Amino acid sequence: MANYNESEFLICLASKLMEDGTTAFVGTGIPMLAGALAKRMHAPNLVPIFEFGGTGASLEKLPLGVGDSRTFHKAVAASGICDIMETACRGFVEYGFLGGAQIDCYGNLNTTVIGKYWPPKVRLPGSGGANDVASFCWKTIVIMRKHDARAFVPKVDFITTPGYLTGPGAREKAGLPPGTGPYRVVTNLALMDFEPVTKRMRLIATHPGVKPEDVVKATGFELLVADQVGTNPEPTEKELKLLREEIDKDRYYI
Amino acid sequence: MDVIESGIGELFQPPDPDGFREWVHTRKNTKMVDKVMSEQDAVAKFVADGDYLGTELYGTVRAPMSLVRETIRQGRKHLRVAGQGVHEIDLLLAADLVDTLDITYIAWEVYGISSCLRRAVESGRVKTTDWSNGGITWRFKAAAMGVPFLPVRSMLGTDTLKYSAAKVVNDPFTGKPVCLVPALALDVGLIHVHKADKFGNCRVEGISGFVHEMSRASKKLIVSTEEIVSTEEIRKYPEQTVIPYYLVDAVVEAKYASHPGEMCYRYWRDGEHLQAFLKDSADPAKTKAYLDKWVYGVKNHAEYVDLVGMDRLRQLESEIGAR
Repeated sequence: MANYNESEFLICLASKLMEDGTTAFVGTGIPMLAGALAKRMHAPNLVPIFEFGGTGASLEKLPLGVGDSRTFHKAVAASGICDIMETACRGFVEYGFLGGAQIDCYGNLNTTVIGKYWPPKVRLPGSGGANDVASFCWKTIVIMRKHDARAFVPKVDFITTPGYLTGPGAREKAGLPPGTGPYRVVTNLALMDFEPVTKRMRLIATHPGVKPEDVVKATGFELLVADQVGTNPEPTEKELKLLREEIDKDRYYI
Repeated sequence: MDVIESGIGELFQPPDPDGFREWVHTRKNTKMVDKVMSEQDAVAKFVADGDYLGTELYGTVRAPMSLVRETIRQGRKHLRVAGQGVHEIDLLLAADLVDTLDITYIAWEVYGISSCLRRAVESGRVKTTDWSNGGITWRFKAAAMGVPFLPVRSMLGTDTLKYSAAKVVNDPFTGKPVCLVPALALDVGLIHVHKADKFGNCRVEGISGFVHEMSRASKKLIVSTEEIVSTEEIRKYPEQTVIPYYLVDAVVEAKYASHPGEMCYRYWRDGEHLQAFLKDSADPAKTKAYLDKWVYGVKNHAEYVDLVGMDRLRQLESEIGAR
C-alpha cells in the first residue's frame, strides 16, 4: 500500500470524478490539482474552464489563481468572464468544482461570513464565481478538506452558493435552471451524493479504514447512509508521483 | 413585472443611464488628443475623494498596481470600491481609504484569506454589499449597454442575493423568477494593458477578464500600459483594440506596473513578494511598514521599479515561460 496524506487522497478521488471529454468549471485550489491530475491520467480530453476566460488549458503547470496565465496556457480560447459565465448559463458546462467553509445537508455552501452579516465575526472571501458556477453547471461537485461538525452544519450562517436550498423543487421555485444542483461531496473521510427524492446528502463510500459511523459522527446534521456503502480507491503510485514531482512540486497543497 | 424579492444591501452607486449618457456626451472627447501623462498627474486630475472606483483585472493578474499605489500616495479617501480583488484592494483597505465595498471576492486564492479585509469589515469600518462575480460583471455590462439593469440567473435563492441590492421579478415572457442586477457605472476605472498608443487605443493579450465591460462602464478611465506603441501599429491590427481611445482620459506608461502580480507573456507573479505581504498583513504594524516601504517610500512607479530591482524583474520575465 502506498503512503499518502489526506490532501493527496482528496485530490486523487476528486480527480477520478472528472470525466474525459466533458467540460468542468475549475475553482481555485484542490479542483486545479484534481484537473491537472485527471488530464495526465484518465481524462486527457477534459476541458477545464476558468471564470476569467481560460478554456481548454493544458494544465501542464498548476494555476495559482482563476485568472493567471496558466489558466489559458495552450488553451483553445482566452475570452473573458462574461463569455464564460454566459456559456455556463446556456447550459454548456457539465461539472462545477467548488469548495466552502460550511455546507448543510442540501449542499448549500457558505464562503461569505461566520456569524451575522455585518459586521461579521469572521469575514470570508465572498462568492467569487462560486454562486454563478453552482447556479449554472449541471452537476456541482463540492470538495471539503475537513469533514467535521464545524464545516458540516445543520444551517450554514450564510447561503453564498446554492445547493438544493430548502429541499426538493426549491431551486426551480427560486428560478434556477431545472436539472441542476449538487452531485457529489468529497471530503477527507468519504464520498457523498444526494438522495434523489429528498435531495439530502447521503454517504455512498468511505475511505479505507473509515467506518460509516465515523462519518455520520463527524457530520453536524443527520447524514443519510446508502444501503451499500462502498470503499474509495486509494491513490496509486503513479498518481502520487505525478502529484509530488510535477503537479504540486512547490507543495502548495499536498 | 412585480418585484417578488428585494436584496437588502445598500446600493452604493445607483444606476443612472441618462446621467451616464449626459456625461459621455459632454465630458468624453471624440478628438484624437495626446493623453500621455505621469501617474501623479493622472490620479490628481481624475481620481477624487468619494469617487466610486474600480480596477481590472485583479490583484495578481494584469492589475493596475502602479495606479493603485499612486492613489494611496495621494491619499484619496472615502472611496467606494467594486471589490473583485486581491493585492490591490488589500492595499486600499490597509491604507484606510475605503468606506464601502461592493464585494464579490477579496482573498488570496492559493495563498489564503485576506487579513486586511477581515480587519476592515469585522471592525465595522467598511460597509459591504455582496454579489457574485458574474453578478457584478453583468452590472458593468448593463452600464456599458446604457440600460438600468440586466436580467440574470445568478444569485437566485441565496443570501448572496438577499444581502445584495438586486431584485427578483417574474419574467414577463416565461413567468419564471429572474434576478435583475442594477447597472454599475464607475466614477473612475483603473486598467492596466499590454499596449496603448498616445490617444488611448489599447490592446490586451491573453484573457480579457472584464476589460470590455469595465472600460465602457467608467465615467473617467485611466489606463496604464506596459508600452506605448504607434497609432500606425494600432491601425494595422484594429481588431486587436479592446479599448478605443474615446473611452480613455489618461494614458500612463508604466512597465512592470502589475508587479507583484503577473502580466501574461511578459512576467510572472512575484510569489515571494506577495506571500511576504500576506504574512505581514496579519499584523497592522507590519502592514503599515509595507506601505511605508513600497508605497509611501517611493515617489513614483520608476522608483518602485528601482526598489524591486531589475535583477528580480528579469528573473520574473524568465519565469513566465514560453507560450
